[in-house]
Amino acid sequence: MSRSEALVDAEWVEAHAADPGIVLVEVDEDTSAYDKGHIPNAIKIDWKKDLQDPVRRDFVDRVGFEKLMSARGIAGDDTVVLYGGNNNWFAAYAFWYFKLYGHHNVKLLDGGRKKWELDSRELTTDVPQRPATSYQASEQDATLRAKRDEVLDAIGKRNLVDVRSPDEFTGRLLAPAHLPQEQAQRGGHIPTARNVPWSKAANEDGTFRSDDELRALYVDEAGLDFGKDTIAYCRIGERSAHTWFVLYELLEQPNVKNYDGSWTEYGSLVGVPIELGDAR
Amino acid sequence: MTEANQTADGCGAPAGGVPVATAANAGDQAVVEGRVVRGDAPVSTGYARLLGTGDEFVAEVPLGDDGGFRFFAAPGTWKLRVLAPGGARADRSVSAEYGKVTKVEVTV
Repeated sequence: MSRSEALVDAEWVEAHAADPGIVLVEVDEDTSAYDKGHIPNAIKIDWKKDLQDPVRRDFVDRVGFEKLMSARGIAGDDTVVLYGGNNNWFAAYAFWYFKLYGHHNVKLLDGGRKKWELDSRELTTDVPQRPATSYQASEQDATLRAKRDEVLDAIGKRNLVDVRSPDEFTGRLLAPAHLPQEQAQRGGHIPTARNVPWSKAANEDGTFRSDDELRALYVDEAGLDFGKDTIAYCRIGERSAHTWFVLYELLEQPNVKNYDGSWTEYGSLVGVPIELGDAR
Repeated sequence: MTEANQTADGCGAPAGGVPVATAANAGDQAVVEGRVVRGDAPVSTGYARLLGTGDEFVAEVPLGDDGGFRFFAAPGTWKLRVLAPGGARADRSVSAEYGKVTKVEVTV
C-alpha cells in the first residue's frame, strides 16, 4: 500500500464520509472524546473494551472480531477510514488489527482527531445507526505480528525499533510522561534496538511526515538496514502500530511486524537480556 | 481493577491528563500541571505538549474541559507548548522535581 492508498485527508473525509460503502470510525482508549463530539457519520470503537480480550492479555479472537464488525454494521467490502486521538496511535493500532484479520480496504485520516480539532472542523454528537452485517474475517495474518520468542531470536539479527521516548528507552522512565510512572517492570530496552520515537514520524499537527523525511529518519539517522526484516515495539503496542504503519504502509517495507507484547511483556520476562542507556 | 491499574493497560492520554489521585505513588512523581486560558475563559479544545532539548517531543495531552493538563515527567527542565485552534500557540519553560507538583497557567 502506498501513501495515496493508506491515507486520506480531512477534505476527503468531509466529501465522502456519508458515501455508501464508506465507514468512518473513531478509535480511542478513552472514548469520552467521541461522546462529547466526533466527525459527522463516525461510529466508535473502544480500543480496550472492543478490541482486547476481557480476560487474557490478547486480542479478541477472529470470532470476536466478526461479532464486533457485524454489530457495528461494517461489511467486508466496506472502505473503513480510521481516526482517533493521541496522534492516531489507537487508530493505527486498529488499522493493523483490520489488516491482521484480512480487511485490506482500510485507511487512516492523516492528522486524526487533533488536526481536525485544530482546524476547527465540524464535530457532532449525533450517532449514526448502521444495520448489522454478517462479517467474515480471516485468521490472523502471522506475518504482521511478532511474539516474544521471535523477538528474542531477532536480537542482533533484524532491525528492532523501539519507538518509545528517549527517557523510556534509556530506562529513566517506565511509561510515557503523560502517565504515572509504574514500578512493576525493569526499565531499558531490548539489546540492539534503535530508538526512533514514534513522534519523529509525525508533524506537530499529527500528520505524517513526507516519505523522503521518513526514509531519512529511519535509514540515515537511525541506521536501520531496509534489507533486513523489522520488528517495532513500544510499551503496549499502539505507538509501535503507528511506526508499523509508517514502515509497512507508507514506506512499503515488505517484512515489518508489530510486537504488541512490547515493553510491558519484555521488561517483565525473567532472564532476558536488557540494555540500559543510549543505543549501542 | 483499581484506577491505578487501569493506567497500566493503555498508553492513552485522557483529556486533561491522568488525575494525580490515581497514580500508584503520587508522592514519588514529578508532576507538571496547569491550565490554559484565553482571557478569563478556559481553553477546552487544544493540546499541551511537553518538549525536551531541541524541542524533542516527550508527551502530549488534550486539554480538559477546564483547560487543564498534567504530565508525569522525569526531573529536569522542559518546554511546555500549547496548541489551540486558529493557529494559537504558546511556549513556557517548566521544571519538574520528584515529589513536587509544578503548576503553570498559560494564556493563548
